[in-house]
Amino acid sequence: MTAQAQAPLLETQGLSREFGHGQNAVHAVDQVSFRVQPGEIVAIVGESGSGKTTLARLLLRLLDPTGGRILLHGQDVTALRGNRQLREYWRKVQAVFQDPYAAFNPFYTNRRVLGNALNVLGQKMADGDKLGRITRALAEVGLEPGEVLEKWPHQLSGGQVQRVMIARALVVGPELLIADEPTSMLDASLRVTILNLLKDLRERHAMSILFITHDLGQAYYVSDRILVMYRGKLVEQGPVEQVLGNPQHEYTQRLMADVPLLRGRGGWAAAAAPTAPEG
Amino acid sequence: MRIKNVRAYYAAAPDPDVKAVDDVSLAIYEGEVLGIAGESGCGKSTLAAVISLTAAPPLYIKSGELALDGEVLPLAGPVRAPAHWHGKMVALLPQRALNSLNPTARVRDFVVDVVRAHDPAVSPREARERAEHRLEQLSLPPRVLDSYPHQLSGGMRQRVVAVVSTLLDPNLLIADEPTSALDVSSQKQLVLLLKLLLERGFIKRIAFITHDLPMLSNIADRIAVMYAGKLVEVAATTEIVGAPQHPYTQALISSTLDPDPRVRQCRLEGIQGAPPDLRYPPSACRFHPRCPLAMPICTEEEPPLTGTADHLAACWRVHEKSREATP
Repeated sequence: MTAQAQAPLLETQGLSREFGHGQNAVHAVDQVSFRVQPGEIVAIVGESGSGKTTLARLLLRLLDPTGGRILLHGQDVTALRGNRQLREYWRKVQAVFQDPYAAFNPFYTNRRVLGNALNVLGQKMADGDKLGRITRALAEVGLEPGEVLEKWPHQLSGGQVQRVMIARALVVGPELLIADEPTSMLDASLRVTILNLLKDLRERHAMSILFITHDLGQAYYVSDRILVMYRGKLVEQGPVEQVLGNPQHEYTQRLMADVPLLRGRGGWAAAAAPTAPEG
Repeated sequence: MRIKNVRAYYAAAPDPDVKAVDDVSLAIYEGEVLGIAGESGCGKSTLAAVISLTAAPPLYIKSGELALDGEVLPLAGPVRAPAHWHGKMVALLPQRALNSLNPTARVRDFVVDVVRAHDPAVSPREARERAEHRLEQLSLPPRVLDSYPHQLSGGMRQRVVAVVSTLLDPNLLIADEPTSALDVSSQKQLVLLLKLLLERGFIKRIAFITHDLPMLSNIADRIAVMYAGKLVEVAATTEIVGAPQHPYTQALISSTLDPDPRVRQCRLEGIQGAPPDLRYPPSACRFHPRCPLAMPICTEEEPPLTGTADHLAACWRVHEKSREATP
């Protein structure tokens, strides 16, 4: 990689996570090293089981690594323990998950969800200040506070709940947003609006975004750089055009060849009889 | 195969019924893959249930008829498929089909059960041989028959179920989101397998239901686009992708992201708003609240399907244009 003038916001060094022991050990994340610069959107792509979500959970410190380090602004955060230290970390690193309905308590109104998110700041805040922050965050994601605050998640559409989830992350003003498949539960027409929102957030706040997806088209659309994961390993990384336009690793090449395209290339050759990689 | 004026509603008392499929007519020709596309809640899976005659309460069919291979079946009221239809006329390959194998039986025993349930005259040995032969013809390893489902990968299981469900050479295969649980490489293999089944004549036609347009454009000969229970456009795949007429289809196509340098250059817009509540569908054209081109008439009168037999669209704009073209 070229020398970066800026200090990275986030860096991992040989980050690993094993599940199980001895012969049964599964290397879900295996010696993964990469950097995220301030204001950069980085996509992590890979098929199901490649370790994308485990990596996200490690970076969010929801799961302890079994090897390697995570650095935020050059400081090792792998050793942070306990609610107090981790809260401080979560002020800077926030997440958006795949299924918004599963992420929210169905018995809480959106006002309560967003209010609770502010607890991570660890300071007493006047109700007016709280509401101010919540209103700004909702405006940021294009929602009308009066329309959503007193509602429960089931009263909103999938796209709206996903926006509330993004607003929930924004209320604390994070520097890094980890978005784990934020669009995979949404329809194509709504998907684009969420992707645009992520791009806008980067423009407005110079926020870094780690965008985890299995969809190469989405990765191409939003991100500056792309990391390709395969069986827990980082097999390729670089600028999007370079990685997807001229893939070097065999797995990335296969991925690009197998992804269905709407325009161009035409149909897959029916003559190529399906072959089984295993039995 | 042809369906006519199908209306299928979900009873939701005390609320009004959910009009999940409302007045849909479609034909699927021999040797053809018809793609049925649309977003969640547009009624495409309900349509699959109707065609496969698996509609169960609270879903009921208000009107419509199904014609298949010269036989006409009225769909309204309690429908029972004629005994000789089961598995032979229509087969269903659902999304989670890979989980429909019996986890405690080898695949070959499962095959025997499936075949003999439809035709008790077939001996277990014949059933096994038939499956073995079929797998060979499709270049799949026959040894999967000796495996237990957990020994096979998800993609392989889905392919095995596709083969088993078409062992009786059905006239129509309904594939309802068969690829959505698979990764891209397995998706491609399944799609190629379905194409091969069609090419070899084991099945006569496929209704391929999905929300994944890029996937669909790689298998379907024609695509029918549904929105909020209505059919909004039907045309050849190249037409739908290259020259969509209905504003909804246009929005759908333009919000599809191919991994291509070109998608980075422009900002895509998507569609504002959300699909309607089908208990209270919008008046007239169901897309008008989200349509950037809506006119007064769109809220007053339902647009008819207009155009040539090869390319139909239900939109007043399209209707107007075609009237101008042929005064």
